[in-house]
This record gives sequence, structure tokens and C-alpha cells, in this order.
Amino acid sequence: MTDDLRELYQEIILDHGKRPRNLRHPEDANREAKGNNPLCGDRLTVYLKVGADGAIDDVAFEGRGCAISTASASMMTEILKGKTEAEAHRLFETFQEMCTSDEFDAAAHDIEDADAIERLQVLAGVRQFPMRVKCATLAWHTMNAALEGEEKVSTE
Amino acid sequence: MSASTVAAMAPALDVAKIRRDFPILDRPVYDRRLAFLDSAASAQKPRQVIDTIRQAMEEEYANVHRGAYWLSQRATDRFETARETVARFLNAPSSDEIVFTRNTTEAINLVAASWGRTFLKEGDEVVISEIEHHANIVPWHLLKREKGIVLRVAPVDEAGNFLLDRFEDLLNDRTRLVAITHVSNAIGTIVPVAEVIRAAHRRDVPVLVDGSQAAPHMRVDVQALDADFYVFTGHKVYGPTGIGVLYGRSELLESMPPYQGGGEMIQTVSYEESTFKEPPFRFEAGTPAIVEAIGLGTAIDYLQALGWENVQANEQMLLQYATERLREIPGLRIVGTARDKAAILSFVMDCAHPHDIGTILDRSGVAIRAGHHCAQPLMERFELPATARASFGIYNTRDDVDQLTEALLQVREIFG
Repeated sequence: MTDDLRELYQEIILDHGKRPRNLRHPEDANREAKGNNPLCGDRLTVYLKVGADGAIDDVAFEGRGCAISTASASMMTEILKGKTEAEAHRLFETFQEMCTSDEFDAAAHDIEDADAIERLQVLAGVRQFPMRVKCATLAWHTMNAALEGEEKVSTE
Repeated sequence: MSASTVAAMAPALDVAKIRRDFPILDRPVYDRRLAFLDSAASAQKPRQVIDTIRQAMEEEYANVHRGAYWLSQRATDRFETARETVARFLNAPSSDEIVFTRNTTEAINLVAASWGRTFLKEGDEVVISEIEHHANIVPWHLLKREKGIVLRVAPVDEAGNFLLDRFEDLLNDRTRLVAITHVSNAIGTIVPVAEVIRAAHRRDVPVLVDGSQAAPHMRVDVQALDADFYVFTGHKVYGPTGIGVLYGRSELLESMPPYQGGGEMIQTVSYEESTFKEPPFRFEAGTPAIVEAIGLGTAIDYLQALGWENVQANEQMLLQYATERLREIPGLRIVGTARDKAAILSFVMDCAHPHDIGTILDRSGVAIRAGHHCAQPLMERFELPATARASFGIYNTRDDVDQLTEALLQVREIFG
């Protein structure tokens, strides 16, 4: 196996891909959006429960996709729980940069995000697979759309 | 069938020689030998086609059908010779029945827009099948919106076999057209189009056949089939992109209004009115894809010189061999096991999504397609979001199949 494949399919990604966390539809969700990657047919729905104070009290998803998109969605739900909307937006942008830019520098980002960024680094291997970047970012785009009140997002 | 029996059926096709004609096959991918198994999406090009296009542009290029000079005459001759080559390829009665388009998609859109808009009205029915490519679904959806036509969909069974009886049940007094694929791009099913056409013609219903996936694999004879329209694309028969073909029976083409307006297709133009040329020129507005058409002619000459029996024997041998090898892989399921299949092999694995399969295979030098294959309704029919698809062409060998098998075992290793 090549090194970049080994980096892409790390144990933690395979684990989240096979046993995604928060794969459910919370009854009390007050935001949701559907994400669609027409290229590969991946579809998922992201649900959020946002409190009056702007805190994300619950986040979950449903759908099926490849290992990368499923793992990314699963990890996103773990990371975002307890964050504020503003933090979620910021992490969305940081994560996009991480997946696309070779010059990504974790130290240049908000110190409050350090833990989240460190956990997300396992997905940074998609940089070497430009055709898979959309898989990694689908859940995040969908989450962002849900926060912005858009019902649907397509990564093409 | 055992591997040794398959080996005993070694085809008369000199694949080693063919492979030397395709420069790209020597190109390593990620330092691995390239196993190109995506010819159903687009086939690679032999040196002969590449050389023809270069030579046409370097030595004999000018616009066609208009110049009063030698070069233009020469380019026109070669362009029209290509049309004759296509006519012979399909055994069309006349090259006047061959319209050059950009691709299959445009050929079907041409029929839908020109013939469909003229002759179809609300409530008229068009019969397609469950195994159509989007190119033979969406143009009819456009007519559905515009005219209120009704689409009927002929089913396939779980294996992907086309169900002729069920198709015939759909034909009725409102049926105005059958638009059907010859070979499924997603699962390889060969549709018995001759029987489909006979059944439709018993009710005087014309038939359009999408031959995109048939033209690279088998002899097509539009007269023997009695097809009314037959379409295919150049880039899947080892020719260039940007050139496709619509064959239409002359009475039908003559009855149809232009598809697009512009130069090339007119007899006279005043500010008040235009009159149009006869087919095929009526349907070829603007400067056509000149060198692409010439290149397509060379591709067809190349393919036909190999002999259809040889091409088919090699591809069927590869299909059987690949089917056997893939069945060795635990957790792999072949999607589409019709009795009559072209060399297209779709599959899923219980441990990995097609997209992940595609990525891992890619790093092993194996190029396959992963996705819905522009056949989303068919994927839904089989309750799959996507499949991985290996498809074979004249340059493929058992080595390609072995490389595919090894890479799939690696997928099992990673995800198993």
C-alpha cells in the first residue's frame, strides 16, 4: 500500500467509517439540511439542535456514503457538540482550508480550536486525493447550510 | 468455466500489437503499470487516429463546403469520406442518412427537439427502459415538460435481463416512439433490439436505438435491425471527442425541421426567410467538428480491420475471466448478470463504498469508474447508491484483470 493511501485510510477513519457516531435523527432538532454529492451519489442529512444561546446542544446525521464522507460526518458530530454557531462556522472554514491547502498551518488558527483541529488532522490526507476532497467536506458544507437556514447543498 | 478453459479459447486478436498502437498504455500511473478498465466512459486513442488528426491539421485543413480553393476541397472530401465510412460502419443505405453531432447526447437531443417537437403532443407516449443512460432520459423529460408527453419505462429483472414481454405490454395506441439503449452502460445488458424494433413496428412505432455502448463491441447493421434512428459517439469507438453520429431513415430525416439555425444548413437566406438544405446538412448548423470527423473515420477503419469476431471473442473471454476472478473475492457482488452481456462488469463490495474502491484501485494503476454511471434511476432500481465498474476494450488483457483482482484484494485488506 502506498504511504498516501495509508495516511488517507488511517485506523481512526476506518473506524468512524464503519461505526459512525451520532447516526440518528434527533426528534428535537431545529435545524437540518440535506447534502448531495452528485459525482458519487453520496447523500446525507445533518441535524442540529441549537439552543437560544447559540450553543449546539446536539448534532447528528443520517445517510450513506463512502468511508471518507461517513467518517468525516461522524467526527464532525463529535467535535461540534457543545460548540457555538460561530465556532462551528469558523471550524468549517478551517477544515476546508485543511483539506485543500498544502500551506495549512494549525498554529495560525484560534487557540480555542486547537483540540478540534488536532482531531481533524487525520482527514488532511485527502489533500493528496483532490477528487476526494468533496467527500471529506460534504458533511461540513451540509452542516453550514443547516446553520444558515438553507435546506439543500450540493458539492458540485 | 475454469481458467484453463478460458485460456484455451484464446482469441485471434493480436492484443500485444494493438497495445503498441495506443501510446497512453505505456504510461505508468503512480509508478504502476496502467490497467485501463474504463473504456465504457471513454476509450483510449490509437496512434493512427492521433496521426490522422495531426496530419489533417498540418496538411489538409480548411473549412468545409464553402471554399473555392484546393485545401477546402481536400478537407471537404476527407470530411465527406468520413461520413461514408460511418455509413458503411452502420450499413446505412446512404451517407445522406448520417448526421454528424457532437456526441450521443446531442444526437438524442436532436431527435427529441426536431422530430419530437414536431410530431409529439400531449398524452403521446415514449417508451424507454430501466437501463437507460441519462442521455436517453432527460431529453424526453424536457419534452414531457414542454409538450406533456408520457414516459413509459420497460423493466429489467433482478439479473438485469431485458423483459421483452413486459416491454410489449407497454405498447399501446398512444405509443409514438421507443427510445432504447442497445447495451447498458452501467451493467452491460445487451437488449434484444431487433425484437424490440419488430414489436414496435407491428404498431408502426419508430424506434431510436442508443448505440453508445454497442458500437465499440459489436457489428451494427441498421438495415438488418430495421432501426429508425441509431446514435453513437466517436470517443467510445477509439475516436476523438466532440464527434457523434445520428443515423436516421431518410423519410424521417426529410420530415424533420432543422435542429439549430446558422451557416452550413441553409439554401438561401433573406432578412425575411431562410430555406434549408436537405439532410444531413439541414441538421449540421455552423462549422462542424472537421478533424474530429476525419479522426472518427480512421478509428472506424482501425476497429473494423480487427474483425468483429476477434474483437468479440477477446472481450467475451475477458468478461468471463474477470467474472470468475471477481467471484473469488469474498464480499464482492456482481451487479448485472444478464445472459447477454457486453464486456462491462459492475460490482459492489460489502466492506467498501465504490468511491473508496476507486481510490485504492487508482493507486494500483487500475482505472475504473465508480459512481452512478449517469444511470441514477437504475441505481435506485437496484437500491444501490453507486457501483464500481470495470469495462473492457480491444487493448485489454488478462494481465489487466489480474491487476484488478490484486487491487481488490488490497481493498479487502484495508476495509475487510
